[in-house]
Amino acid sequence: MNFWQFMLQNSGQVLEQTLEHLWLVGVSTVLAVLIGIPLGILITRLPKLNKPVLGAANVIQTIPSLALFGFLLPAPWIGTRADRLAILALTLYALLPMIRNTYVGIQGVDRAVVEAGRGMGMTDRQLLFQVELPLAIGVIIAGVRVATVISVGLATIAAAIGAGGLGEFIFRGLAMVNNAVILAGAIPAALLALAADFGFGWLEKRLQPS
Amino acid sequence: MNDPNLDGVAIQFRDVSFRPVDNREILRDLNLEIRRGETLVLLGRSGSGKTTTLKLINRLLDPTEGTVLVDGRPTTAWDVSRLRRMIGYVIQEVGLFPHFTVERNIALVPRIENWPTERIQKRVHELLQLVGLDAQLLSRYPRELSGGQRQRVGVARALAADPPFLLMDEPFGALDPITRTELQREFLSLQERLQKTVVFVTHDMREALSLGTRIALLEAGRLVTVDAPDQFLNSTNPLVVAYVDAFRTDVRTSHHRGTS
Repeated sequence: MNFWQFMLQNSGQVLEQTLEHLWLVGVSTVLAVLIGIPLGILITRLPKLNKPVLGAANVIQTIPSLALFGFLLPAPWIGTRADRLAILALTLYALLPMIRNTYVGIQGVDRAVVEAGRGMGMTDRQLLFQVELPLAIGVIIAGVRVATVISVGLATIAAAIGAGGLGEFIFRGLAMVNNAVILAGAIPAALLALAADFGFGWLEKRLQPS
Repeated sequence: MNDPNLDGVAIQFRDVSFRPVDNREILRDLNLEIRRGETLVLLGRSGSGKTTTLKLINRLLDPTEGTVLVDGRPTTAWDVSRLRRMIGYVIQEVGLFPHFTVERNIALVPRIENWPTERIQKRVHELLQLVGLDAQLLSRYPRELSGGQRQRVGVARALAADPPFLLMDEPFGALDPITRTELQREFLSLQERLQKTVVFVTHDMREALSLGTRIALLEAGRLVTVDAPDQFLNSTNPLVVAYVDAFRTDVRTSHHRGTS
Protein backbone atom coordinates (compact mmCIF):
# COMPACT_ATOMS: atom_id res chain seq x y z
CA MET A 1 0.00 0.00 0.00
CA ASN A 2 1.54 3.33 -0.98
CA PHE A 3 1.27 6.71 0.76
CA TRP A 4 -1.62 8.07 -1.33
CA GLN A 5 -3.71 4.95 -0.91
CA PHE A 6 -3.16 5.08 2.85
CA MET A 7 -4.13 8.75 2.98
CA LEU A 8 -7.31 8.13 1.02
CA GLN A 9 -8.40 5.18 3.06
CA ASN A 10 -7.63 6.88 6.37
CA SER A 11 -8.47 10.46 5.53
CA GLY A 12 -10.82 10.78 8.50
CA GLN A 13 -8.17 9.65 10.93
CA VAL A 14 -5.48 11.82 9.35
CA LEU A 15 -7.74 14.83 9.80
CA GLU A 16 -8.48 13.89 13.38
CA GLN A 17 -4.80 13.47 14.25
CA THR A 18 -3.99 16.75 12.53
CA LEU A 19 -6.60 18.58 14.58
CA GLU A 20 -5.31 16.93 17.73
CA HIS A 21 -1.82 18.03 16.76
CA LEU A 22 -3.01 21.58 16.18
CA TRP A 23 -4.72 21.54 19.56
CA LEU A 24 -1.54 20.51 21.38
CA VAL A 25 0.57 23.11 19.54
CA GLY A 26 -2.07 25.84 19.71
CA VAL A 27 -2.81 25.60 23.42
CA SER A 28 0.84 25.32 24.39
CA THR A 29 1.82 28.26 22.19
CA VAL A 30 -0.91 30.48 23.63
CA LEU A 31 0.18 29.52 27.16
CA ALA A 32 3.82 30.20 26.30
CA VAL A 33 2.89 33.61 24.89
CA LEU A 34 0.90 34.44 28.03
CA ILE A 35 3.78 33.45 30.29
CA GLY A 36 6.83 34.19 28.15
CA ILE A 37 6.08 37.72 26.95
CA PRO A 38 5.30 39.12 30.42
CA LEU A 39 8.44 37.40 31.74
CA GLY A 40 10.47 38.92 28.92
CA ILE A 41 9.08 42.36 29.80
CA LEU A 42 9.73 41.77 33.49
CA ILE A 43 13.43 41.10 32.97
CA THR A 44 13.85 44.34 31.02
CA ARG A 45 12.52 46.11 34.13
CA LEU A 46 14.37 44.04 36.72
CA PRO A 47 17.79 43.30 35.25
CA LYS A 48 18.67 41.21 38.32
CA LEU A 49 16.17 38.56 37.20
CA ASN A 50 17.58 38.52 33.69
CA LYS A 51 20.19 35.80 34.21
CA PRO A 52 18.13 33.43 36.38
CA VAL A 53 15.06 33.60 34.13
CA LEU A 54 16.91 33.18 30.84
CA GLY A 55 19.12 30.57 32.49
CA ALA A 56 16.15 28.52 33.65
CA ALA A 57 14.49 28.69 30.24
CA ASN A 58 17.77 27.63 28.69
CA VAL A 59 18.13 24.65 31.01
CA ILE A 60 14.61 23.47 30.15
CA GLN A 61 15.52 23.69 26.49
CA THR A 62 18.45 21.31 27.00
CA ILE A 63 16.36 18.51 28.55
CA PRO A 64 15.71 15.84 25.92
CA SER A 65 12.02 15.92 25.09
CA LEU A 66 11.27 12.27 25.87
CA ALA A 67 12.95 12.66 29.24
CA LEU A 68 10.93 15.82 29.98
CA PHE A 69 7.69 13.94 29.31
CA GLY A 70 8.93 11.26 31.70
CA PHE A 71 9.89 13.74 34.42
CA LEU A 72 6.44 15.33 34.34
CA LEU A 73 4.61 12.00 34.60
CA PRO A 74 4.39 11.96 38.44
CA ALA A 75 3.00 15.51 38.58
CA PRO A 76 -0.51 15.69 40.10
CA TRP A 77 -3.43 16.61 37.77
CA ILE A 78 -0.99 17.07 34.91
CA GLY A 79 0.40 13.55 34.94
CA THR A 80 -3.01 11.91 34.90
CA ARG A 81 -3.78 12.93 31.35
CA ALA A 82 -1.39 12.59 28.46
CA ASP A 83 -2.57 15.68 26.58
CA ARG A 84 -2.11 17.91 29.64
CA LEU A 85 1.35 16.50 30.05
CA ALA A 86 2.21 17.11 26.43
CA ILE A 87 0.86 20.68 26.54
CA LEU A 88 2.88 21.46 29.65
CA ALA A 89 6.07 20.11 28.10
CA LEU A 90 5.50 21.96 24.83
CA THR A 91 4.78 25.16 26.74
CA LEU A 92 8.02 24.84 28.67
CA TYR A 93 9.99 24.34 25.47
CA ALA A 94 8.38 27.34 23.81
CA LEU A 95 9.22 29.67 26.71
CA LEU A 96 12.84 30.35 25.80
CA PRO A 97 12.26 31.89 22.36
CA MET A 98 9.35 33.94 23.73
CA ILE A 99 11.24 35.33 26.72
CA ARG A 100 14.47 35.88 24.83
CA ASN A 101 12.92 37.60 21.85
CA THR A 102 10.74 39.85 23.99
CA TYR A 103 13.78 40.85 26.00
CA VAL A 104 16.05 41.34 23.00
CA GLY A 105 13.31 43.16 21.08
CA ILE A 106 12.72 45.68 23.84
CA GLN A 107 16.42 46.13 24.57
CA GLY A 108 16.92 46.73 20.85
CA VAL A 109 14.61 49.75 20.73
CA ASP A 110 16.66 52.87 20.01
CA ARG A 111 17.78 54.28 23.36
CA ALA A 112 17.38 57.85 22.07
CA VAL A 113 13.71 57.18 21.38
CA VAL A 114 13.10 55.73 24.84
CA GLU A 115 15.03 58.50 26.53
CA ALA A 116 13.14 61.15 24.60
CA GLY A 117 9.85 59.58 25.68
CA ARG A 118 10.93 59.35 29.29
CA GLY A 119 12.33 62.88 29.19
CA MET A 120 8.99 64.19 28.03
CA GLY A 121 7.20 62.68 30.97
CA MET A 122 5.83 59.39 29.68
CA THR A 123 5.22 56.92 32.46
CA ASP A 124 6.84 53.49 32.30
CA ARG A 125 3.54 51.96 31.29
CA GLN A 126 3.01 54.49 28.48
CA LEU A 127 6.55 53.91 27.26
CA LEU A 128 6.03 50.15 27.28
CA PHE A 129 2.71 50.07 25.47
CA GLN A 130 3.09 53.04 23.14
CA VAL A 131 6.77 52.83 22.29
CA GLU A 132 8.71 49.75 23.33
CA LEU A 133 6.24 46.98 22.52
CA PRO A 134 5.11 48.44 19.17
CA LEU A 135 8.74 48.87 18.12
CA ALA A 136 9.75 45.41 19.36
CA ILE A 137 6.73 43.58 17.97
CA GLY A 138 8.54 42.21 14.90
CA VAL A 139 11.22 40.57 17.05
CA ILE A 140 8.61 39.24 19.47
CA ILE A 141 6.55 37.69 16.65
CA ALA A 142 9.76 36.15 15.32
CA GLY A 143 10.06 34.42 18.69
CA VAL A 144 6.50 33.12 18.46
CA ARG A 145 7.28 31.90 14.96
CA VAL A 146 10.37 29.96 16.00
CA ALA A 147 8.58 28.53 19.04
CA THR A 148 5.60 27.38 16.98
CA VAL A 149 7.69 25.70 14.30
CA ILE A 150 9.72 23.85 16.94
CA SER A 151 6.50 22.91 18.74
CA VAL A 152 4.96 21.34 15.65
CA GLY A 153 7.95 19.03 15.37
CA LEU A 154 8.21 18.30 19.07
CA ALA A 155 4.52 17.52 19.37
CA THR A 156 5.00 14.40 17.24
CA ILE A 157 6.92 12.92 20.16
CA ALA A 158 3.90 13.49 22.42
CA ALA A 159 2.40 10.39 20.80
CA ALA A 160 4.98 8.35 22.70
CA ILE A 161 3.11 9.11 25.92
CA GLY A 162 -0.26 8.62 24.28
CA ALA A 163 -1.16 12.27 23.80
CA GLY A 164 -2.18 11.71 20.19
CA GLY A 165 -1.40 13.99 17.29
CA LEU A 166 0.37 13.18 14.07
CA GLY A 167 3.11 11.37 15.95
CA GLU A 168 0.68 8.42 16.22
CA PHE A 169 1.22 7.61 12.55
CA ILE A 170 4.94 8.04 12.82
CA PHE A 171 5.30 5.69 15.79
CA ARG A 172 2.87 3.19 14.26
CA GLY A 173 4.70 3.31 10.93
CA LEU A 174 8.02 2.76 12.71
CA ALA A 175 6.61 -0.27 14.49
CA MET A 176 5.16 -1.67 11.27
CA VAL A 177 8.25 -0.75 9.23
CA ASN A 178 5.85 0.96 6.84
CA ASN A 179 7.02 4.16 5.20
CA ALA A 180 3.56 5.08 3.93
CA VAL A 181 2.23 5.22 7.49
CA ILE A 182 5.25 7.23 8.70
CA LEU A 183 4.72 9.70 5.87
CA ALA A 184 1.02 10.02 6.73
CA GLY A 185 2.21 11.61 10.00
CA ALA A 186 5.37 13.29 8.82
CA ILE A 187 4.05 15.08 5.75
CA PRO A 188 1.05 16.81 7.41
CA ALA A 189 3.36 17.76 10.31
CA ALA A 190 5.85 19.27 7.90
CA LEU A 191 3.05 21.16 6.14
CA LEU A 192 1.80 22.49 9.47
CA ALA A 193 5.29 23.70 10.33
CA LEU A 194 5.63 25.40 6.95
CA ALA A 195 2.23 27.03 7.29
CA ALA A 196 3.08 28.33 10.77
CA ASP A 197 6.41 29.61 9.51
CA PHE A 198 4.81 31.35 6.56
CA GLY A 199 1.88 32.77 8.56
CA PHE A 200 3.97 34.25 11.35
CA GLY A 201 6.55 35.43 8.83
CA TRP A 202 3.82 37.37 7.09
CA LEU A 203 2.55 38.77 10.40
CA GLU A 204 6.07 39.77 11.37
CA LYS A 205 6.47 41.80 8.17
CA ARG A 206 3.03 43.36 8.52
CA LEU A 207 3.55 44.51 12.09
CA GLN A 208 7.18 45.55 11.90
CA PRO A 209 7.33 49.34 11.83
CA SER A 210 10.25 49.91 9.47
CA MET B 1 14.02 93.06 31.45
CA ASN B 2 11.73 95.01 33.80
CA ASP B 3 9.31 92.14 34.02
CA PRO B 4 9.96 90.60 37.44
CA ASN B 5 9.26 87.15 36.01
CA LEU B 6 12.26 87.42 33.75
CA ASP B 7 14.66 88.17 36.55
CA GLY B 8 13.87 85.27 38.85
CA VAL B 9 15.95 82.17 39.22
CA ALA B 10 14.28 79.31 37.37
CA ILE B 11 16.77 76.52 37.87
CA GLN B 12 19.46 76.30 40.47
CA PHE B 13 22.28 73.82 41.01
CA ARG B 14 23.50 73.74 44.59
CA ASP B 15 26.79 71.91 45.25
CA VAL B 16 25.82 69.23 42.80
CA SER B 17 28.08 66.26 42.21
CA PHE B 18 27.29 63.29 40.09
CA ARG B 19 29.04 59.96 40.22
CA PRO B 20 27.47 56.92 38.60
CA VAL B 21 27.84 53.53 40.24
CA ASP B 22 31.36 52.90 39.00
CA ASN B 23 32.38 56.04 40.92
CA ARG B 24 33.88 57.97 38.04
CA GLU B 25 33.26 61.62 38.80
CA ILE B 26 31.19 63.18 36.03
CA LEU B 27 30.26 66.42 37.78
CA ARG B 28 31.82 68.02 40.81
CA ASP B 29 30.48 70.77 43.05
CA LEU B 30 28.38 72.46 40.43
CA ASN B 31 26.82 75.75 41.49
CA LEU B 32 24.84 77.43 38.78
CA GLU B 33 21.76 79.61 38.48
CA ILE B 34 19.66 79.74 35.36
CA ARG B 35 17.44 82.79 35.08
CA ARG B 36 13.92 82.81 33.85
CA GLY B 37 13.67 83.55 30.15
CA GLU B 38 17.37 83.29 29.38
CA THR B 39 19.18 80.90 27.07
CA LEU B 40 22.01 79.42 29.05
CA VAL B 41 24.47 77.53 26.89
CA LEU B 42 26.45 74.72 28.43
CA LEU B 43 29.66 74.65 26.45
CA GLY B 44 32.43 72.08 26.70
CA ARG B 45 34.04 69.17 24.98
CA SER B 46 32.79 65.61 24.98
CA GLY B 47 32.80 64.15 28.47
CA SER B 48 32.85 67.52 30.21
CA GLY B 49 29.50 66.83 31.89
CA LYS B 50 27.19 69.00 29.75
CA THR B 51 24.62 66.34 28.99
CA THR B 52 24.73 65.07 32.56
CA THR B 53 23.96 68.58 33.79
CA LEU B 54 20.97 68.69 31.46
CA LYS B 55 19.65 65.30 32.53
CA LEU B 56 19.86 66.34 36.18
CA ILE B 57 17.28 69.03 35.41
CA ASN B 58 14.56 66.75 34.04
CA ARG B 59 15.58 64.03 36.44
CA LEU B 60 16.72 61.49 33.94
CA LEU B 61 19.53 61.44 36.50
CA ASP B 62 19.55 62.17 40.22
CA PRO B 63 22.45 64.06 41.82
CA THR B 64 24.80 61.99 43.97
CA GLU B 65 25.29 65.02 46.19
CA GLY B 66 23.65 68.42 46.33
CA THR B 67 20.31 69.63 45.03
CA VAL B 68 18.88 70.75 41.75
CA LEU B 69 16.00 73.18 42.22
CA VAL B 70 13.41 73.78 39.54
CA ASP B 71 11.04 76.63 40.37
CA GLY B 72 12.54 76.61 43.84
CA ARG B 73 11.75 72.99 44.51
CA PRO B 74 14.24 70.10 44.51
CA THR B 75 13.80 67.84 41.47
CA THR B 76 13.57 64.89 43.83
CA ALA B 77 10.51 66.45 45.48
CA TRP B 78 8.61 66.88 42.21
CA ASP B 79 6.33 64.24 40.82
CA VAL B 80 8.67 63.12 38.08
CA SER B 81 6.12 63.00 35.26
CA ARG B 82 4.78 66.45 36.13
CA LEU B 83 8.28 67.86 36.30
CA ARG B 84 9.18 66.46 32.89
CA ARG B 85 5.99 67.61 31.25
CA MET B 86 6.81 71.21 32.05
CA ILE B 87 10.26 70.79 30.53
CA GLY B 88 10.49 70.38 26.76
CA TYR B 89 13.32 68.11 25.68
CA VAL B 90 15.12 68.12 22.35
CA ILE B 91 18.07 65.82 21.68
CA GLN B 92 20.55 65.43 18.85
CA GLU B 93 19.27 62.06 17.68
CA VAL B 94 15.87 63.76 17.81
CA GLY B 95 14.28 60.67 19.32
CA LEU B 96 11.15 60.96 17.22
CA PHE B 97 9.03 57.85 17.47
CA PRO B 98 9.59 56.05 14.17
CA HIS B 99 6.18 54.33 14.28
CA PHE B 100 4.25 57.58 14.86
CA THR B 101 3.33 60.06 12.14
CA VAL B 102 4.57 63.63 12.43
CA GLU B 103 1.17 64.56 13.83
CA ARG B 104 1.23 61.96 16.59
CA ASN B 105 4.83 62.76 17.41
CA ILE B 106 4.03 66.43 17.92
CA ALA B 107 0.86 65.61 19.85
CA LEU B 108 2.65 63.26 22.22
CA VAL B 109 2.60 65.31 25.40
CA PRO B 110 -0.89 66.80 24.87
CA ARG B 111 -2.15 63.25 24.36
CA ILE B 112 -0.61 61.86 27.50
CA GLU B 113 -2.00 64.93 29.28
CA ASN B 114 -5.43 63.94 27.89
CA TRP B 115 -6.24 67.14 26.05
CA PRO B 116 -9.49 67.06 24.05
CA THR B 117 -8.91 66.07 20.40
CA GLU B 118 -9.88 69.43 18.91
CA ARG B 119 -7.53 71.33 21.15
CA ILE B 120 -4.72 68.94 20.21
CA GLN B 121 -5.38 69.40 16.49
CA LYS B 122 -5.46 73.15 16.81
CA ARG B 123 -2.24 73.11 18.79
CA VAL B 124 -0.47 70.86 16.27
CA HIS B 125 -1.30 73.27 13.46
CA GLU B 126 -0.11 76.23 15.49
CA LEU B 127 3.15 74.46 16.16
CA LEU B 128 3.68 73.55 12.53
CA GLN B 129 3.49 77.22 11.64
CA LEU B 130 5.70 78.15 14.53
CA VAL B 131 8.54 75.87 13.40
CA GLY B 132 7.94 76.48 9.70
CA LEU B 133 6.67 73.09 8.54
CA ASP B 134 4.11 72.35 5.86
CA ALA B 135 0.82 70.79 6.99
CA GLN B 136 1.27 68.18 4.25
CA LEU B 137 3.95 66.56 6.39
CA LEU B 138 1.51 65.68 9.18
CA SER B 139 0.76 62.20 7.89
CA ARG B 140 4.39 61.37 7.08
CA TYR B 141 6.67 59.21 9.17
CA PRO B 142 9.99 60.52 10.52
CA ARG B 143 12.01 58.38 8.10
CA GLU B 144 10.37 60.22 5.21
CA LEU B 145 11.67 63.60 6.40
CA SER B 146 14.97 65.38 5.92
CA GLY B 147 17.27 65.94 8.90
CA GLY B 148 16.22 69.57 9.19
CA GLN B 149 12.53 68.70 9.05
CA ARG B 150 12.98 66.03 11.69
CA GLN B 151 14.71 68.48 13.99
CA ARG B 152 11.86 70.98 13.47
CA VAL B 153 9.37 68.27 14.42
CA GLY B 154 11.51 67.58 17.48
CA VAL B 155 11.30 71.24 18.50
CA ALA B 156 7.54 71.34 17.84
CA ARG B 157 7.07 68.23 19.97
CA ALA B 158 9.06 69.76 22.81
CA LEU B 159 6.97 72.94 22.69
CA ALA B 160 3.63 71.15 22.35
CA ALA B 161 2.28 71.62 25.85
CA ASP B 162 3.85 75.09 26.06
CA PRO B 163 6.34 74.16 28.79
CA PRO B 164 8.12 77.05 30.51
CA PHE B 165 11.45 75.22 30.23
CA LEU B 166 13.30 73.83 27.26
CA LEU B 167 16.33 71.54 27.36
CA MET B 168 18.22 71.16 24.12
CA ASP B 169 21.08 68.67 23.83
CA GLU B 170 23.12 69.49 20.71
CA PRO B 171 19.89 69.76 18.76
CA PHE B 172 21.52 70.98 15.56
CA GLY B 173 24.73 68.96 15.83
CA ALA B 174 23.93 66.40 13.14
CA LEU B 175 22.75 68.89 10.51
CA ASP B 176 24.63 70.27 7.52
CA PRO B 177 26.07 73.78 8.09
CA ILE B 178 23.44 75.60 6.02
CA THR B 179 20.46 73.93 7.67
CA ARG B 180 22.11 74.41 11.04
CA THR B 181 22.51 78.15 10.53
CA GLU B 182 18.92 78.37 9.33
CA LEU B 183 17.61 76.55 12.40
CA GLN B 184 19.79 78.62 14.72
CA ARG B 185 18.32 81.79 13.25
CA GLU B 186 14.81 80.43 13.65
CA PHE B 187 15.57 79.41 17.20
CA LEU B 188 16.58 82.97 18.01
CA SER B 189 13.40 84.50 16.61
CA LEU B 190 11.32 81.80 18.28
CA GLN B 191 12.99 82.41 21.61
CA GLU B 192 12.46 86.15 21.26
CA ARG B 193 8.74 85.53 21.03
CA LEU B 194 8.36 82.67 23.50
CA GLN B 195 10.83 83.69 26.22
CA LYS B 196 11.31 80.15 27.50
CA THR B 197 13.97 79.29 30.00
CA VAL B 198 16.35 77.38 27.75
CA VAL B 199 19.35 75.27 28.65
CA PHE B 200 21.28 74.51 25.49
CA VAL B 201 24.15 72.04 25.24
CA THR B 202 26.77 72.37 22.54
CA HIS B 203 30.50 71.97 21.93
CA ASP B 204 30.40 74.51 19.10
CA MET B 205 31.54 77.90 20.37
CA ARG B 206 30.16 79.74 17.39
CA GLU B 207 26.71 78.33 18.23
CA ALA B 208 27.17 79.21 21.89
CA LEU B 209 28.10 82.80 21.05
CA SER B 210 25.18 83.36 18.73
CA LEU B 211 22.45 81.67 20.77
CA GLY B 212 23.41 82.13 24.40
CA THR B 213 22.37 84.88 26.78
CA ARG B 214 25.13 83.45 28.93
CA ILE B 215 27.68 80.75 28.36
CA ALA B 216 28.74 78.26 31.02
CA LEU B 217 32.00 76.54 30.19
CA LEU B 218 32.43 73.06 31.64
CA GLU B 219 35.72 71.22 31.75
CA ALA B 220 36.16 67.71 33.16
CA GLY B 221 33.03 67.93 35.30
CA ARG B 222 33.74 71.36 36.74
CA LEU B 223 32.22 74.70 35.92
CA VAL B 224 34.98 77.01 34.68
CA THR B 225 33.02 80.21 34.23
CA VAL B 226 29.63 81.68 33.36
CA ASP B 227 29.73 84.78 31.17
CA ALA B 228 27.78 86.75 28.63
CA PRO B 229 29.11 86.09 25.10
CA ASP B 230 31.17 89.28 24.75
CA GLN B 231 32.73 88.86 28.20
CA PHE B 232 33.39 85.24 27.39
CA LEU B 233 35.47 86.20 24.34
CA ASN B 234 37.52 88.65 26.41
CA SER B 235 37.95 86.39 29.42
CA THR B 236 41.45 85.93 30.80
CA ASN B 237 40.68 82.56 32.34
CA PRO B 238 43.26 80.22 30.77
CA LEU B 239 40.71 77.46 30.06
CA VAL B 240 38.39 79.91 28.31
CA VAL B 241 41.32 81.40 26.39
CA ALA B 242 42.33 77.91 25.28
CA TYR B 243 38.80 77.20 24.08
CA VAL B 244 38.53 80.51 22.24
CA ASP B 245 41.96 80.02 20.65
CA ALA B 246 41.11 76.52 19.47
CA PHE B 247 37.98 77.93 17.87
CA ARG B 248 39.88 80.75 16.13
CA THR B 249 42.49 78.35 14.74
CA ASP B 250 39.69 76.18 13.53
CA VAL B 251 38.05 79.08 11.71
CA ARG B 252 41.35 80.09 10.11
CA THR B 253 42.25 76.60 8.88
CA SER B 254 38.81 75.93 7.50
CA HIS B 255 39.00 79.28 5.73
CA HIS B 256 42.36 78.30 4.18
CA ARG B 257 40.98 75.00 3.07
CA GLY B 258 38.05 76.78 1.48
CA THR B 259 40.15 79.18 -0.59
CA SER B 260 43.03 76.98 -1.73
